Amino acid sequence: MEAFAEVDWFPLWLSLRVATLATVVTTVVGVAGAYALARTHFPGRGLVEALASLPIVLPPTVLGYYLLVLIGRDSPIGQAWEALTGSPLVFTWQAAVLAAAVASLPFCLRTARAAFTAVDTRYEEAARVAGLPEWRIAVTVTLPLAARGVIAGITLAFARALGDFGTTVMVAGNVPGRTQTMPIAVFDRVQAFDYASAGVLAGVLAAVAIVVLLVVRRLERSTL
Amino acid sequence: MSASDPHERTHVAPETLTLALHHRVGAFRLDVDVAVPPGLAVLFGPSGAGKSLTLRLVAGLDAPVRGRITLGDTVLVDTDRGHFLAPQQRRLGVVFQEHRLLPHRTALANVALAVREGDRAARREAAHALLEQVDAAELAGRRPAALSGGQRQRVALARALAGRPRLLLLDEPFSALDQPVRRRLRGLVRDLVDAAGVPAVFVTHDRAEALALADHVVRAEHGAITRVATGDDAAALLDEP
Repeated sequence: MEAFAEVDWFPLWLSLRVATLATVVTTVVGVAGAYALARTHFPGRGLVEALASLPIVLPPTVLGYYLLVLIGRDSPIGQAWEALTGSPLVFTWQAAVLAAAVASLPFCLRTARAAFTAVDTRYEEAARVAGLPEWRIAVTVTLPLAARGVIAGITLAFARALGDFGTTVMVAGNVPGRTQTMPIAVFDRVQAFDYASAGVLAGVLAAVAIVVLLVVRRLERSTL
Repeated sequence: MSASDPHERTHVAPETLTLALHHRVGAFRLDVDVAVPPGLAVLFGPSGAGKSLTLRLVAGLDAPVRGRITLGDTVLVDTDRGHFLAPQQRRLGVVFQEHRLLPHRTALANVALAVREGDRAARREAAHALLEQVDAAELAGRRPAALSGGQRQRVALARALAGRPRLLLLDEPFSALDQPVRRRLRGLVRDLVDAAGVPAVFVTHDRAEALALADHVVRAEHGAITRVATGDDAAALLDEP
Protein backbone atom coordinates (compact mmCIF):
# COMPACT_ATOMS: atom_id res chain seq x y z
CA MET A 1 0.00 0.00 0.00
CA GLU A 2 2.82 2.30 -0.91
CA ALA A 3 0.56 4.33 -3.15
CA PHE A 4 -1.60 5.38 -0.19
CA ALA A 5 1.40 6.65 1.76
CA GLU A 6 2.53 8.92 -1.05
CA VAL A 7 -0.85 10.46 -1.82
CA ASP A 8 -1.42 14.07 -0.86
CA TRP A 9 -4.77 13.93 0.98
CA PHE A 10 -5.39 17.67 0.99
CA PRO A 11 -7.67 17.46 -2.09
CA LEU A 12 -9.90 14.93 -0.30
CA TRP A 13 -10.46 17.19 2.72
CA LEU A 14 -10.94 20.22 0.51
CA SER A 15 -13.43 18.34 -1.64
CA LEU A 16 -15.40 17.14 1.37
CA ARG A 17 -15.53 20.66 2.78
CA VAL A 18 -16.48 22.25 -0.55
CA ALA A 19 -19.07 19.59 -1.36
CA THR A 20 -20.63 19.78 2.11
CA LEU A 21 -20.98 23.57 2.03
CA ALA A 22 -22.23 23.46 -1.56
CA THR A 23 -24.81 20.87 -0.53
CA VAL A 24 -26.02 23.12 2.29
CA VAL A 25 -26.53 25.94 -0.21
CA THR A 26 -28.15 23.60 -2.72
CA THR A 27 -30.46 22.12 -0.08
CA VAL A 28 -31.76 25.49 1.08
CA VAL A 29 -32.20 26.93 -2.42
CA GLY A 30 -33.18 23.65 -4.08
CA VAL A 31 -35.78 22.43 -1.57
CA ALA A 32 -37.40 25.85 -1.17
CA GLY A 33 -37.35 26.34 -4.96
CA ALA A 34 -38.75 22.87 -5.59
CA TYR A 35 -41.60 23.53 -3.16
CA ALA A 36 -42.37 26.85 -4.86
CA LEU A 37 -42.34 25.22 -8.31
CA ALA A 38 -44.53 22.33 -7.20
CA ARG A 39 -47.09 24.19 -5.12
CA THR A 40 -47.36 27.79 -6.30
CA HIS A 41 -48.19 29.46 -9.58
CA PHE A 42 -46.32 32.54 -10.65
CA PRO A 43 -45.60 34.14 -14.01
CA GLY A 44 -42.38 32.89 -15.57
CA ARG A 45 -42.42 29.62 -13.63
CA GLY A 46 -41.51 27.61 -16.72
CA LEU A 47 -38.59 29.91 -17.45
CA VAL A 48 -37.26 29.63 -13.89
CA GLU A 49 -37.50 25.85 -14.12
CA ALA A 50 -35.66 25.78 -17.44
CA LEU A 51 -32.94 28.10 -16.17
CA ALA A 52 -32.46 26.00 -13.04
CA SER A 53 -32.02 22.89 -15.19
CA LEU A 54 -29.47 24.54 -17.47
CA PRO A 55 -26.44 23.26 -15.51
CA ILE A 56 -27.42 19.70 -16.47
CA VAL A 57 -27.20 20.35 -20.21
CA LEU A 58 -24.52 23.04 -20.41
CA PRO A 59 -20.92 21.87 -20.70
CA PRO A 60 -19.39 22.43 -17.24
CA THR A 61 -16.74 24.71 -18.68
CA VAL A 62 -19.39 26.89 -20.31
CA LEU A 63 -21.26 27.06 -17.02
CA GLY A 64 -17.95 27.96 -15.38
CA TYR A 65 -17.31 30.63 -17.95
CA TYR A 66 -20.61 32.35 -17.20
CA LEU A 67 -20.00 32.06 -13.47
CA LEU A 68 -16.60 33.61 -14.00
CA VAL A 69 -18.24 36.51 -15.82
CA LEU A 70 -20.78 36.78 -13.00
CA ILE A 71 -18.32 36.82 -10.09
CA GLY A 72 -15.15 38.13 -11.81
CA ARG A 73 -13.23 41.11 -10.44
CA ASP A 74 -15.05 43.50 -12.82
CA SER A 75 -18.55 42.22 -11.98
CA PRO A 76 -20.79 43.83 -9.33
CA ILE A 77 -20.77 40.63 -7.27
CA GLY A 78 -17.00 40.29 -7.53
CA GLN A 79 -16.49 43.91 -6.54
CA ALA A 80 -18.91 43.65 -3.62
CA TRP A 81 -17.05 40.57 -2.36
CA GLU A 82 -13.72 42.32 -2.73
CA ALA A 83 -14.98 45.38 -0.86
CA LEU A 84 -16.23 43.14 1.93
CA THR A 85 -13.28 40.77 2.31
CA GLY A 86 -10.38 42.66 0.76
CA SER A 87 -9.54 39.96 -1.78
CA PRO A 88 -11.10 38.69 -5.03
CA LEU A 89 -13.63 35.87 -5.00
CA VAL A 90 -12.30 34.10 -8.08
CA PHE A 91 -9.68 31.38 -7.60
CA THR A 92 -10.59 30.80 -3.93
CA TRP A 93 -12.15 27.76 -2.27
CA GLN A 94 -15.30 29.87 -1.72
CA ALA A 95 -15.58 30.21 -5.49
CA ALA A 96 -15.28 26.41 -5.68
CA VAL A 97 -18.24 26.13 -3.28
CA LEU A 98 -20.28 28.42 -5.53
CA ALA A 99 -19.32 26.44 -8.64
CA ALA A 100 -20.21 23.11 -7.01
CA ALA A 101 -23.48 24.52 -5.68
CA VAL A 102 -24.62 25.84 -9.06
CA ALA A 103 -23.58 22.66 -10.86
CA SER A 104 -25.41 20.42 -8.38
CA LEU A 105 -28.53 22.55 -7.83
CA PRO A 106 -30.66 21.04 -10.62
CA PHE A 107 -30.17 17.51 -9.29
CA CYS A 108 -31.62 18.48 -5.93
CA LEU A 109 -34.25 20.78 -7.41
CA ARG A 110 -35.64 18.36 -9.98
CA THR A 111 -35.75 15.34 -7.67
CA ALA A 112 -37.32 17.32 -4.82
CA ARG A 113 -39.80 18.94 -7.18
CA ALA A 114 -40.95 15.53 -8.42
CA ALA A 115 -41.29 14.38 -4.80
CA PHE A 116 -43.38 17.42 -3.82
CA THR A 117 -45.57 17.06 -6.91
CA ALA A 118 -46.23 13.42 -6.00
CA VAL A 119 -47.60 14.35 -2.56
CA ASP A 120 -51.36 13.85 -2.45
CA THR A 121 -52.88 17.32 -2.06
CA ARG A 122 -55.78 15.85 -0.11
CA TYR A 123 -53.59 15.69 2.99
CA GLU A 124 -52.81 19.37 2.59
CA GLU A 125 -56.51 20.15 2.21
CA ALA A 126 -57.31 18.31 5.44
CA ALA A 127 -54.63 20.35 7.23
CA ARG A 128 -55.94 23.56 5.70
CA VAL A 129 -59.50 23.11 6.97
CA ALA A 130 -58.03 22.07 10.34
CA GLY A 131 -56.58 25.58 10.58
CA LEU A 132 -52.87 25.04 9.95
CA PRO A 133 -51.20 28.04 8.31
CA GLU A 134 -49.63 27.37 4.90
CA TRP A 135 -46.04 27.40 6.18
CA ARG A 136 -46.90 24.78 8.81
CA ILE A 137 -48.60 22.65 6.18
CA ALA A 138 -45.40 22.82 4.12
CA VAL A 139 -43.27 21.77 7.09
CA THR A 140 -45.49 19.21 8.85
CA VAL A 141 -47.43 17.74 5.94
CA THR A 142 -45.81 18.21 2.54
CA LEU A 143 -42.13 17.94 3.49
CA PRO A 144 -42.45 14.72 5.56
CA LEU A 145 -44.55 13.08 2.82
CA ALA A 146 -41.91 14.04 0.24
CA ALA A 147 -38.97 13.29 2.55
CA ARG A 148 -37.54 10.30 0.70
CA GLY A 149 -37.41 12.06 -2.64
CA VAL A 150 -36.02 15.21 -1.06
CA ILE A 151 -33.24 13.28 0.69
CA ALA A 152 -32.50 11.41 -2.53
CA GLY A 153 -32.15 14.77 -4.31
CA ILE A 154 -29.82 16.13 -1.64
CA THR A 155 -27.71 12.98 -1.81
CA LEU A 156 -27.44 13.23 -5.59
CA ALA A 157 -26.50 16.89 -5.29
CA PHE A 158 -23.75 16.03 -2.81
CA ALA A 159 -22.31 13.45 -5.20
CA ARG A 160 -22.45 15.89 -8.09
CA ALA A 161 -20.82 18.62 -5.98
CA LEU A 162 -18.07 16.25 -4.88
CA GLY A 163 -17.34 15.27 -8.47
CA ASP A 164 -17.44 18.66 -10.14
CA PHE A 165 -14.42 19.36 -12.33
CA GLY A 166 -15.09 21.73 -15.23
CA THR A 167 -17.06 24.44 -13.46
CA THR A 168 -14.75 24.46 -10.44
CA VAL A 169 -11.55 24.62 -12.46
CA MET A 170 -12.91 27.62 -14.40
CA VAL A 171 -13.76 29.77 -11.38
CA ALA A 172 -11.44 28.41 -8.68
CA GLY A 173 -8.51 27.26 -10.80
CA ASN A 174 -6.07 24.53 -9.93
CA VAL A 175 -4.01 25.84 -7.04
CA PRO A 176 -2.42 22.90 -5.16
CA GLY A 177 -3.06 23.23 -1.44
CA ARG A 178 -5.72 25.90 -1.97
CA THR A 179 -8.31 25.13 -4.62
CA GLN A 180 -7.24 21.76 -5.94
CA THR A 181 -10.21 19.47 -5.26
CA MET A 182 -10.24 15.70 -5.77
CA PRO A 183 -11.37 15.54 -9.40
CA ILE A 184 -8.84 18.24 -10.31
CA ALA A 185 -6.12 16.39 -8.41
CA VAL A 186 -6.87 13.24 -10.41
CA PHE A 187 -6.39 15.20 -13.63
CA ASP A 188 -3.28 16.88 -12.21
CA ARG A 189 -1.69 13.56 -11.11
CA VAL A 190 -2.31 11.98 -14.52
CA GLN A 191 -0.71 14.99 -16.21
CA ALA A 192 2.33 14.39 -13.98
CA PHE A 193 2.36 10.65 -14.90
CA ASP A 194 1.73 9.85 -11.20
CA TYR A 195 -0.77 7.09 -12.00
CA ALA A 196 -0.49 5.54 -8.53
CA SER A 197 -1.84 8.64 -6.77
CA ALA A 198 -4.41 9.21 -9.52
CA GLY A 199 -5.61 5.64 -9.07
CA VAL A 200 -6.09 5.99 -5.32
CA LEU A 201 -7.95 9.33 -5.63
CA ALA A 202 -10.10 8.03 -8.47
CA GLY A 203 -10.91 4.92 -6.43
CA VAL A 204 -12.07 6.99 -3.47
CA LEU A 205 -14.33 9.13 -5.69
CA ALA A 206 -15.74 6.06 -7.44
CA ALA A 207 -16.49 4.43 -4.08
CA VAL A 208 -18.35 7.53 -2.87
CA ALA A 209 -20.36 7.64 -6.10
CA ILE A 210 -21.38 3.99 -5.79
CA VAL A 211 -22.44 4.42 -2.16
CA VAL A 212 -24.50 7.47 -3.10
CA LEU A 213 -26.29 5.60 -5.89
CA LEU A 214 -27.09 2.71 -3.56
CA VAL A 215 -28.50 5.11 -0.97
CA VAL A 216 -30.61 6.92 -3.58
CA ARG A 217 -31.90 3.62 -5.00
CA ARG A 218 -32.95 2.51 -1.53
CA LEU A 219 -34.69 5.80 -0.80
CA GLU A 220 -36.56 5.79 -4.08
CA ARG A 221 -37.66 2.16 -3.90
CA SER A 222 -39.00 2.00 -0.37
CA THR A 223 -42.35 3.61 0.21
CA LEU A 224 -43.63 5.30 3.29
CA MET B 1 -89.40 32.88 8.24
CA SER B 2 -88.93 35.94 6.12
CA ALA B 3 -85.51 37.49 6.51
CA SER B 4 -86.83 40.88 5.39
CA ASP B 5 -89.09 41.18 8.44
CA PRO B 6 -86.97 42.56 11.32
CA HIS B 7 -89.31 41.09 13.93
CA GLU B 8 -88.97 37.61 12.47
CA ARG B 9 -85.23 37.88 12.07
CA THR B 10 -84.59 37.54 15.81
CA HIS B 11 -85.92 34.00 15.57
CA VAL B 12 -83.40 32.98 12.96
CA ALA B 13 -80.85 30.75 14.67
CA PRO B 14 -77.40 32.33 14.63
CA GLU B 15 -75.60 29.48 12.87
CA THR B 16 -77.78 29.00 9.84
CA LEU B 17 -75.78 28.10 6.76
CA THR B 18 -76.97 29.87 3.65
CA LEU B 19 -75.75 29.22 0.16
CA ALA B 20 -76.72 31.07 -3.00
CA LEU B 21 -74.23 30.30 -5.69
CA HIS B 22 -73.44 29.13 -9.16
CA HIS B 23 -70.39 27.01 -9.89
CA ARG B 24 -68.89 25.25 -12.91
CA VAL B 25 -66.33 22.49 -13.19
CA GLY B 26 -65.77 21.62 -16.82
CA ALA B 27 -69.19 20.80 -18.25
CA PHE B 28 -70.77 20.27 -14.82
CA ARG B 29 -72.95 23.11 -13.56
CA LEU B 30 -74.01 23.48 -9.97
CA ASP B 31 -76.66 25.84 -8.65
CA VAL B 32 -77.28 26.01 -4.93
CA ASP B 33 -79.86 28.15 -3.20
CA VAL B 34 -80.70 26.97 0.32
CA ALA B 35 -80.72 28.02 3.97
CA VAL B 36 -79.72 25.08 6.16
CA PRO B 37 -81.00 25.44 9.75
CA PRO B 38 -78.78 24.34 12.66
CA GLY B 39 -79.01 20.72 13.75
CA LEU B 40 -78.04 17.66 11.78
CA ALA B 41 -78.74 18.27 8.12
CA VAL B 42 -78.41 15.45 5.64
CA LEU B 43 -77.43 16.44 2.13
CA PHE B 44 -79.05 13.64 0.18
CA GLY B 45 -78.88 12.77 -3.48
CA PRO B 46 -77.37 10.46 -6.09
CA SER B 47 -73.68 10.32 -6.95
CA GLY B 48 -72.64 13.10 -9.27
CA ALA B 49 -75.29 15.52 -8.02
CA GLY B 50 -72.69 17.93 -6.66
CA LYS B 51 -72.87 17.08 -2.93
CA SER B 52 -69.13 16.77 -2.33
CA LEU B 53 -68.46 19.82 -4.46
CA THR B 54 -70.91 21.80 -2.33
CA LEU B 55 -69.05 20.77 0.84
CA ARG B 56 -65.75 21.82 -0.75
CA LEU B 57 -67.22 25.23 -1.51
CA VAL B 58 -68.42 25.60 2.10
CA ALA B 59 -65.02 24.48 3.43
CA GLY B 60 -63.23 26.94 1.17
CA LEU B 61 -61.28 24.29 -0.75
CA ASP B 62 -62.83 25.63 -3.94
CA ALA B 63 -64.19 29.08 -4.70
CA PRO B 64 -67.55 29.36 -6.47
CA VAL B 65 -67.70 31.04 -9.87
CA ARG B 66 -70.19 33.42 -8.33
CA GLY B 67 -72.37 33.65 -5.28
CA ARG B 68 -72.38 33.91 -1.55
CA ILE B 69 -72.08 31.57 1.43
CA THR B 70 -72.72 32.69 4.99
CA LEU B 71 -72.58 30.92 8.35
CA GLY B 72 -74.46 32.86 11.02
CA ASP B 73 -73.22 36.44 10.63
CA THR B 74 -69.99 35.38 8.98
CA VAL B 75 -69.66 35.79 5.25
CA LEU B 76 -67.51 32.86 4.09
CA VAL B 77 -67.45 33.92 0.47
CA ASP B 78 -69.08 36.68 -1.54
CA THR B 79 -67.88 36.93 -5.11
CA ASP B 80 -69.69 40.24 -5.71
CA ARG B 81 -67.50 41.87 -3.10
CA GLY B 82 -64.39 39.87 -3.92
CA HIS B 83 -64.54 38.37 -0.44
CA PHE B 84 -63.08 34.92 0.26
CA LEU B 85 -62.39 33.69 3.77
CA ALA B 86 -59.42 31.28 3.83
CA PRO B 87 -60.32 27.71 4.90
CA GLN B 88 -58.11 28.18 7.98
CA GLN B 89 -60.29 31.08 9.12
CA ARG B 90 -63.64 29.35 8.66
CA ARG B 91 -63.40 27.15 11.76
CA LEU B 92 -65.10 24.16 10.24
CA GLY B 93 -64.54 20.50 11.05
CA VAL B 94 -64.42 18.24 8.02
CA VAL B 95 -64.55 14.46 7.84
CA PHE B 96 -63.71 13.36 4.33
CA GLN B 97 -64.75 10.20 2.56
CA GLU B 98 -61.18 8.95 2.94
CA HIS B 99 -59.64 9.47 6.37
CA ARG B 100 -56.79 11.74 5.18
CA LEU B 101 -54.85 11.20 8.41
CA LEU B 102 -51.14 11.90 8.10
CA PRO B 103 -49.46 8.49 7.64
CA HIS B 104 -46.29 9.56 9.48
CA ARG B 105 -48.12 10.74 12.60
CA THR B 106 -49.86 8.81 15.37
CA ALA B 107 -53.61 9.12 15.88
CA LEU B 108 -52.96 11.41 18.84
CA ALA B 109 -50.58 13.66 16.87
CA ASN B 110 -53.06 13.85 14.00
CA VAL B 111 -55.75 15.09 16.35
CA ALA B 112 -53.37 17.38 18.27
CA LEU B 113 -52.36 19.14 15.03
CA ALA B 114 -55.94 20.33 14.60
CA VAL B 115 -56.32 21.69 18.16
CA ARG B 116 -56.10 25.44 17.80
CA GLU B 117 -55.56 26.67 21.34
CA GLY B 118 -52.91 26.10 23.98
CA ASP B 119 -49.28 25.00 24.10
CA ARG B 120 -47.99 21.60 23.02
CA ALA B 121 -48.91 19.82 26.23
CA ALA B 122 -52.39 21.35 26.34
CA ARG B 123 -53.01 20.39 22.71
CA ARG B 124 -52.00 16.80 23.38
CA GLU B 125 -54.23 16.69 26.43
CA ALA B 126 -57.15 18.05 24.43
CA ALA B 127 -56.43 15.44 21.74
CA HIS B 128 -56.54 12.69 24.38
CA ALA B 129 -59.92 13.92 25.58
CA LEU B 130 -61.23 14.01 22.01
CA LEU B 131 -60.05 10.46 21.31
CA GLU B 132 -61.86 9.38 24.45
CA GLN B 133 -64.99 11.13 23.22
CA VAL B 134 -64.97 9.06 20.03
CA ASP B 135 -64.15 5.88 21.95
CA ALA B 136 -60.65 5.62 20.51
CA ALA B 137 -58.45 6.44 23.51
CA GLU B 138 -56.54 3.16 23.20
CA LEU B 139 -55.57 4.00 19.61
CA ALA B 140 -53.66 7.16 20.56
CA GLY B 141 -50.19 5.76 19.87
CA ARG B 142 -51.01 4.03 16.59
CA ARG B 143 -50.36 5.26 13.10
CA PRO B 144 -53.18 5.21 10.53
CA ALA B 145 -51.73 2.14 8.79
CA ALA B 146 -52.29 0.15 12.00
CA LEU B 147 -55.96 1.13 12.28
CA SER B 148 -59.08 -0.41 10.76
CA GLY B 149 -61.31 1.64 8.49
CA GLY B 150 -63.79 2.34 11.26
CA GLN B 151 -61.04 3.31 13.70
CA ARG B 152 -59.55 5.72 11.17
CA GLN B 153 -62.87 7.48 10.74
CA ARG B 154 -63.25 7.73 14.52
CA VAL B 155 -59.88 9.45 14.68
CA ALA B 156 -60.83 11.64 11.71
CA LEU B 157 -64.00 12.57 13.59
CA ALA B 158 -61.95 13.52 16.65
CA ARG B 159 -59.70 15.63 14.45
CA ALA B 160 -62.69 17.39 12.90
CA LEU B 161 -63.94 18.31 16.39
CA ALA B 162 -60.49 19.41 17.59
CA GLY B 163 -60.71 22.97 16.29
CA ARG B 164 -64.03 23.56 18.13
CA PRO B 165 -65.75 23.98 14.79
CA ARG B 166 -68.78 26.17 14.22
CA LEU B 167 -70.02 23.60 11.73
CA LEU B 168 -69.18 19.99 10.97
CA LEU B 169 -69.03 18.80 7.37
CA LEU B 170 -69.12 15.06 6.79
CA ASP B 171 -68.70 13.82 3.22
CA GLU B 172 -70.01 10.24 3.08
CA PRO B 173 -67.62 9.46 5.93
CA PHE B 174 -68.72 5.88 6.48
CA SER B 175 -69.51 4.74 2.95
CA ALA B 176 -66.49 2.41 2.83
CA LEU B 177 -67.39 0.65 6.09
CA ASP B 178 -69.58 -2.38 6.69
CA GLN B 179 -73.09 -2.05 8.11
CA PRO B 180 -72.62 -2.71 11.87
CA VAL B 181 -69.63 -0.33 12.08
CA ARG B 182 -71.55 2.20 10.05
CA ARG B 183 -74.52 2.09 12.38
CA ARG B 184 -72.34 2.55 15.43
CA LEU B 185 -70.46 5.50 13.95
CA ARG B 186 -73.72 7.05 12.82
CA GLY B 187 -74.89 6.91 16.45
CA LEU B 188 -71.62 8.49 17.50
CA VAL B 189 -72.10 11.40 15.09
CA ARG B 190 -75.63 11.90 16.42
CA ASP B 191 -74.34 11.97 20.02
CA LEU B 192 -71.45 14.30 19.22
CA VAL B 193 -73.64 16.76 17.37
CA ASP B 194 -76.12 16.77 20.25
CA ALA B 195 -73.45 16.96 22.96
CA ALA B 196 -71.36 19.67 21.33
CA GLY B 197 -74.40 21.54 20.03
CA VAL B 198 -72.54 21.96 16.79
CA PRO B 199 -74.52 21.97 13.54
CA ALA B 200 -73.54 19.45 10.91
CA VAL B 201 -74.04 18.75 7.24
CA PHE B 202 -73.83 15.04 6.51
CA VAL B 203 -73.57 13.97 2.88
CA THR B 204 -74.97 10.60 1.90
CA HIS B 205 -76.67 8.84 -0.99
CA ASP B 206 -77.93 6.09 1.35
CA ARG B 207 -81.63 6.58 2.13
CA ALA B 208 -81.56 4.53 5.34
CA GLU B 209 -78.62 6.52 6.64
CA ALA B 210 -80.34 9.78 5.75
CA LEU B 211 -83.53 8.68 7.50
CA ALA B 212 -81.63 7.61 10.62
CA LEU B 213 -79.74 10.87 11.00
CA ALA B 214 -81.67 13.76 9.56
CA ASP B 215 -83.09 16.67 11.50
CA HIS B 216 -83.26 18.35 8.13
CA VAL B 217 -82.98 17.01 4.63
CA VAL B 218 -81.38 18.96 1.82
CA ARG B 219 -82.05 17.41 -1.59
CA ALA B 220 -79.37 17.36 -4.26
CA GLU B 221 -80.42 16.63 -7.83
CA HIS B 222 -78.09 16.78 -10.79
CA GLY B 223 -76.49 20.13 -10.29
CA ALA B 224 -79.37 21.67 -8.35
CA ILE B 225 -79.62 22.00 -4.58
CA THR B 226 -82.66 24.06 -3.66
CA ARG B 227 -85.01 22.04 -1.45
CA VAL B 228 -84.83 21.79 2.34
CA ALA B 229 -87.29 20.19 4.76
CA THR B 230 -87.46 19.55 8.51
CA GLY B 231 -89.17 16.93 10.71
CA ASP B 232 -91.89 14.85 9.03
CA ASP B 233 -91.41 16.82 5.85
CA ALA B 234 -87.77 15.73 5.86
CA ALA B 235 -88.65 12.07 5.52
CA ALA B 236 -91.11 12.95 2.80
CA LEU B 237 -88.49 14.97 0.91
CA LEU B 238 -86.23 11.90 0.81
CA ASP B 239 -88.85 10.08 -1.24
CA GLU B 240 -89.93 12.88 -3.49
CA PRO B 241 -88.99 12.38 -7.13
